[in-house]
Amino acid sequence: MEIINLSEVQQMLNKLQEQELYIHLELTTGAYASHVDSSRHPAANFITNAKVCYTSGKISGAGPYRVGLKTEQGWVYAEGLTHYEESDKERLIMAGHDTQGKLVVALQLSREPF
Amino acid sequence: MLKKRALVVFPHPDDEAFGTSGTLAKMIDEGWEVTYACLTLGEMGRNMGVPPFANRITLPEIRKLELEESCRSIGIQDVRMLGFHDKMVEFEEPEVIDEVMQKLLDELQPSLVITFYPGYSVHPDHDATGASVVRTIQRMPVDQRPVVHCLAFSNGCREWIGEPDVFQDVTEYLDQKLKSITAHRSQFQIPELIGDKKASKDKIRQRFGTESFWTYSFD
Repeated sequence: MEIINLSEVQQMLNKLQEQELYIHLELTTGAYASHVDSSRHPAANFITNAKVCYTSGKISGAGPYRVGLKTEQGWVYAEGLTHYEESDKERLIMAGHDTQGKLVVALQLSREPF
Repeated sequence: MLKKRALVVFPHPDDEAFGTSGTLAKMIDEGWEVTYACLTLGEMGRNMGVPPFANRITLPEIRKLELEESCRSIGIQDVRMLGFHDKMVEFEEPEVIDEVMQKLLDELQPSLVITFYPGYSVHPDHDATGASVVRTIQRMPVDQRPVVHCLAFSNGCREWIGEPDVFQDVTEYLDQKLKSITAHRSQFQIPELIGDKKASKDKIRQRFGTESFWTYSFD
């Protein structure tokens, strides 16, 4: 994973628009969040291999980045993205890692199921 | 003579409350017609009341009612809810939002527009809203542009855009301002304003009595 390159991610978002895709969207504080710091409220979610088709997708911010995908009936949104997989030219693999390197958020899009 | 018509453009119900409600109440008292165009219903807000009385389904309707109550408290004559999705303003095509702004400006021909200072207003919706207003007005002929007063509050913003240049003493309109703030009861639980712990009038005047703006320079 490399630090996000805004224009490369935007190009990939353009390439993947207007087609049926599989999405993995995830957010997590980690299972030990409240064990380590009792004031924190542990929460997590993911949805994997749901089908999605977006009409336009944009990445914005100055890092960490935000991505919004506009769909026919609604939106997909992720905030806090820092890294992407530069070598993957077919899929868009993005994640946000905290200062310790742990994954906090992930957004992945692919024509094939994950 | 200056036409007393103002257009206020913010993305969320409650954006009007702390920074401009006193100014708007004062202007309306002085004969201004005010239109408030609110881009979203704040439906992605995290404040749900304490204890929570809203959920993700009911929040937009609750916030719509809060917005209407706030506007009534201020005296705003015309409220437009533009139907954009909360948190997504920055991802809309700029032309789409600009066209909505252009239509409002054409219809109302305000002499004053109040919005967020693009780039210095923290929330991406704030920045995207201010940017659209500024872009749209910038395209107008210089002699037809309304004056634009901006709110800004990002950390260190004064190093970049200097000090505000417009100050409104709203101490005579604190009643309306506090009613505007407390109308947003799902969003704000401010002990100084409600219940037994109400702050003294002096303290409220100190904290809420002045509103300040930056005149946007198109040069």
